[in-house]
Amino acid sequence: MGQQLEYLKETPSQTAGPYVHIGLAPGAAGFEIYDQELGWDIAGPNAKGERIRVEGMVADGTGSPVKDVLLEAWQANANGIYAHPEHGGEVEDGFRGWGRVITDFESGEWSFDTVKPGPVTGRNGQMMAPHISLWIVARGINVGLNTRLYFEDEAEANAADPVLGVIEWERRRQTLIARRSERDGQPVYRFDIRLQGGDETVFFDI
Amino acid sequence: MTTPPKPGEFYQRDRRWHPPALSQDYKTSVTRSPRLPLISLENTASEITGPVFGHSDIDAGDNDLLSNFAGPGESPIGERIIVHGRVLDENARPVPNTLVEIWQANASGRYRHKKDTYLGALDPNFGGCGRVLTDENGSYHFRTVKPGAYPWRNWVNDWRPAHIHVSVFGSGFAQRLITQLYFEGDPLIARCPIVNTIPDPEAVEMLIARLDMNASIPLDTIAYRFDIVLRGRRSTLFENRLEGN
Repeated sequence: MGQQLEYLKETPSQTAGPYVHIGLAPGAAGFEIYDQELGWDIAGPNAKGERIRVEGMVADGTGSPVKDVLLEAWQANANGIYAHPEHGGEVEDGFRGWGRVITDFESGEWSFDTVKPGPVTGRNGQMMAPHISLWIVARGINVGLNTRLYFEDEAEANAADPVLGVIEWERRRQTLIARRSERDGQPVYRFDIRLQGGDETVFFDI
Repeated sequence: MTTPPKPGEFYQRDRRWHPPALSQDYKTSVTRSPRLPLISLENTASEITGPVFGHSDIDAGDNDLLSNFAGPGESPIGERIIVHGRVLDENARPVPNTLVEIWQANASGRYRHKKDTYLGALDPNFGGCGRVLTDENGSYHFRTVKPGAYPWRNWVNDWRPAHIHVSVFGSGFAQRLITQLYFEGDPLIARCPIVNTIPDPEAVEMLIARLDMNASIPLDTIAYRFDIVLRGRRSTLFENRLEGN
């Protein structure tokens, strides 16, 4: 047999189930317990850059909204810096770059407010187009799903993005592009996520 | 003396160890499972970094479910338990200062959630959630009541084993994990379609907390031990540089 490697195995994932809100967003479950719930303010008041709203829906294989989904967002600031000690550079006071997003239980629609991230230096110095990483959990999802949201108005940067470039089908790349519009003078990006079907969203094994 | 190598990318997630997206016997997964293969990505800064939490984010009593929702002088009904353990990575190194969040049903198997309509009674003194940061050794502990089993609509007579949902961050977004803790000796574990989404029985064993008499408090609270393992990281020995030029 030879020598043994002494690595541990990762704890296996289990679905977050329908009541994930109790643990991660108890206010949405219907009760107040913590002095502060985490993840409601992604950018904070001091963040520079364009203030945007992102909204969308997660649809299942029948085309119906997944009303009990919870998403987490992770993004850099407008200068492309993550609020993390291993990423060089400063972020604005109060900028965390992480948020929790829950749906309206009746419609399945979700939205969050943040600043538009800047381009981030990727592997070997290649620039990545502005993007927000998303992690999606719900009843029926056995392992949280990872995807990335890119911005429609960054066509040039998107075309050069090394991660989008890994996706060989142009048509599938389009599932990661949020569509821009304006509402009451504010930019709104629409990002619908499809778990199955002809326009199934690209999910990554990161 | 050489400087220790900087940590680099995370070890690839073993997708054969985790449940597959589609498990026919867990019916809800049928319409919620992607059918196309995941696209494999090499880690970038977006995956290696992740949110950082500190003691200003939470309160010291958030990890005590016996008291964090109870009225003054009151206590929830049920078996008083301690759940404790360590968060480690695949290199068996502790993961310090990481956020662990839990949620669970009460002793009668009822969740405090506006969408739960099970017959089991709500307990006015039990909220059902807690959170804590691991210490410098990766250790954490909660105090709670043992949750009850409850029925759910899958097959008509399916019952979930007693379980506590556990959410862990680690240091990078690539380590993000949600799982469930089960209790040693529960006959419902082997029958559960959600447990059985996991193909390898050894992987299921990792989700079963062990009775830990040494950590129990005599005449007060009984303890279960539950260690959590997150993805490990490679050392940048001969690595392509992730950043820079």
